[in-house]
Amino acid sequence: MSWLQQIFAVTALNLRNIPQRLGASVVAIFGVAAVVGVFAGVLSMANGFKKTMVAAGAEDTAVILRAGATGEMASAVSNEQIQIISTSPGVRSGASGPEVSGELYVVVDVDKKSTNEPANVPLRGVQLGAFGIRDNLSIVEGRTFETGKNELVAGRSAQRQFKGLEVGDRIPFGVTEWTVVGAFEDNGSVSESELWADVRVIQAAYRRGNTYQTVRAKLQSPAAIADLRAALDADPRLDVDVVNEREFYSQQSEAMTNLISYIGYPLTILMAIGAVFGALNTMYSSISARAKEIATLRAIGFRPLSILVSVVVESGVLAIIGGLLGGGLAWLFLNGYTVSTLNAASFSQVVFDFAVSGELLMQGLVAAVIIGLIGGLFPAIRAVRIPVTTALREL
Amino acid sequence: MKYFYLVWKSLWRKKIRTLLTMMSVFVAFLLFGLLSALNQVFDGATDVASAQRLITLDKVSIINALPSAYLTRIRAIPGVTEVTHADWFGGYFQDPRNQFAQFPVDPETYLAIYPELKLPADQREKWQRTRDGIVVGRDLVETYGWSIGDRIPLYSSIWTNKDGGQVWDFEVTGIFDNDDPRGNTQFILIQYDYFDEGRAFGQGTMGWFVLSIDSAGGAASISNQIDTQFANSPNQTKTVTEAAFAESFIGQYGNIALIITLILTAVFFTILLVAGNTMAQSVRERIPELAVLKTLGFEDRSVLGIVLAESTFVMLLGGTLGLLAAWFIANVAGPSFIPLPGFYLDVAALLTGLGYIVLAGIAAGIFPALRAMRLTIIDALARV
Repeated sequence: MSWLQQIFAVTALNLRNIPQRLGASVVAIFGVAAVVGVFAGVLSMANGFKKTMVAAGAEDTAVILRAGATGEMASAVSNEQIQIISTSPGVRSGASGPEVSGELYVVVDVDKKSTNEPANVPLRGVQLGAFGIRDNLSIVEGRTFETGKNELVAGRSAQRQFKGLEVGDRIPFGVTEWTVVGAFEDNGSVSESELWADVRVIQAAYRRGNTYQTVRAKLQSPAAIADLRAALDADPRLDVDVVNEREFYSQQSEAMTNLISYIGYPLTILMAIGAVFGALNTMYSSISARAKEIATLRAIGFRPLSILVSVVVESGVLAIIGGLLGGGLAWLFLNGYTVSTLNAASFSQVVFDFAVSGELLMQGLVAAVIIGLIGGLFPAIRAVRIPVTTALREL
Repeated sequence: MKYFYLVWKSLWRKKIRTLLTMMSVFVAFLLFGLLSALNQVFDGATDVASAQRLITLDKVSIINALPSAYLTRIRAIPGVTEVTHADWFGGYFQDPRNQFAQFPVDPETYLAIYPELKLPADQREKWQRTRDGIVVGRDLVETYGWSIGDRIPLYSSIWTNKDGGQVWDFEVTGIFDNDDPRGNTQFILIQYDYFDEGRAFGQGTMGWFVLSIDSAGGAASISNQIDTQFANSPNQTKTVTEAAFAESFIGQYGNIALIITLILTAVFFTILLVAGNTMAQSVRERIPELAVLKTLGFEDRSVLGIVLAESTFVMLLGGTLGLLAAWFIANVAGPSFIPLPGFYLDVAALLTGLGYIVLAGIAAGIFPALRAMRLTIIDALARV
């Protein structure tokens, strides 16, 4: 027999015998499944959060904030500055003039359905141009607000997570009462966590005079942002940062995704170490139970390498089964699960779904294979090192 | 105890297996310890928050400021012993990533209301005399390596100063500690007067008020009085105990904390299950040996004890080391290693961990031990 055939023969023998060592094998599978499941579960949170945030951003929309502002709430832009921006190069013009929207971003206390506790729900004051600037946003129920009235439209996600936001509901913010007149969808993005109203009304309600916080401008093309930036930088009346919307939301999600990743990755490594011990244990007991069998194989001429490979493959197969199981369970139970949390960067609630992506599952499987290889290698070396005579003499 | 040698010997019968099992237990309890510390981050703010302190903020939204005139009106309410106020400066140091909290406050009343913040008397005096002086929490000083007398610029992403800039210059005049080891010291206190005169807008407003009251029993009635007093003004207020405020704020992070806890608990038990199974397996393999022990005249109870002692010992050794490692990471290496405010492992969590260790030892050993106890010598020896 060639060595390759030998390897196949011994490996097949090993794998067929797994049912005889079912208990230990199941435990090893279980350990690896836990690692991959948790890895995919925790990181799907970061992944889903980022996905929701970035989905709101378009490459050909510029967000203009006061220089150095870390978020919309910290920014301020005056009405005069918006006029300057509207007439700057790179900004696209539609039927009703430049597509620019001055916006105010504040938070209001609305009770969360799950806890009955007030949460910081974002309330965005927009000019009517805002609807044209967001490509995917559309009113799906009711109508849009009328300018000058205390009316608002609610994002679909916000409606699901927070109380009293159905179309027709009346909701008090301080001394004024607002009517929900419509609902909008935006591709499941972070915008759907928001409430929208006429910016003039918000300015009055929040005593902001005639000032705004951010300006969104539709660009002629994604590349046109350079022209706009150059023009605004050169203008002494402005001191602003210009970023494309996708990049803006990506920055806004950074702190949160980093936090989850900083918790998720070390934990996975820690658990993986635990699972390696589990796999090692299983394989050590597997080869010690079969010491005589292995010695016999070697006595009749099987090479050490074939035996080594067979042990590593067995452990690898167990780990892959575990990895598929863990990843599958995470996908089954967590993918698409909706939660809302406070995003520190915008100081407001973001509603998002867990996203167990293919990439995460692949990473998890790679981790499983590594665990399996390490868990198999040392016992395999041990198996081929015991002198044949000693092993055969053992009871 | 007289069987200790026997337990010890059988434990090291298979060295590698015992070592590996101990290491898994070690990892499981290291995880348990870190998880408890992480829970402190989410729950800790609630634990250290006082029910004797009330917070008054704008009813519509926490981001709205209140008129400073409210201060004296709140102070006049019977039952209120002291009032102070704070604002959100929203600044960072050098890089937007270096974010921590800064509060413009009135030094005297603020420190009176937060007695757990310890600032040496001379530094306190210096701070009050220095208009652009700030006092910095111990954890921040350690992170950024500042010392007293340093001048540090903070970039406020909210407040423009009168020169039209966003950068504010401060002098470090003191370093404060927190009496409660779980308490947060990752923040800076700024003089309100300097801040208020320097800012380009929002002058004469205050972010929120903090008040101490006579007795906790009156909290509901006092907060009611305050909120009724401002009910018909443009700035309606909401007054809650600090504990309730912290709880509701942490609640905003929602299910995230719960989900992490659930996932990790599952992992903790999985690792224990894996370890426990290995231990049970090691007993099963030795059934003939146990039968020999019985043949030699060991009582059933002693055999039970020996097997249980073995499993408990593995758990104790691995688990205690794991808890110690977690304690070291959370409390000694602490803030420089994991920069989360309130990441702290307290005694209660350590004791709970110890309890789990003993429980896990018994759970892993009890079934094999019972089986070993009930063993009939003939059957057991016949299996060889």
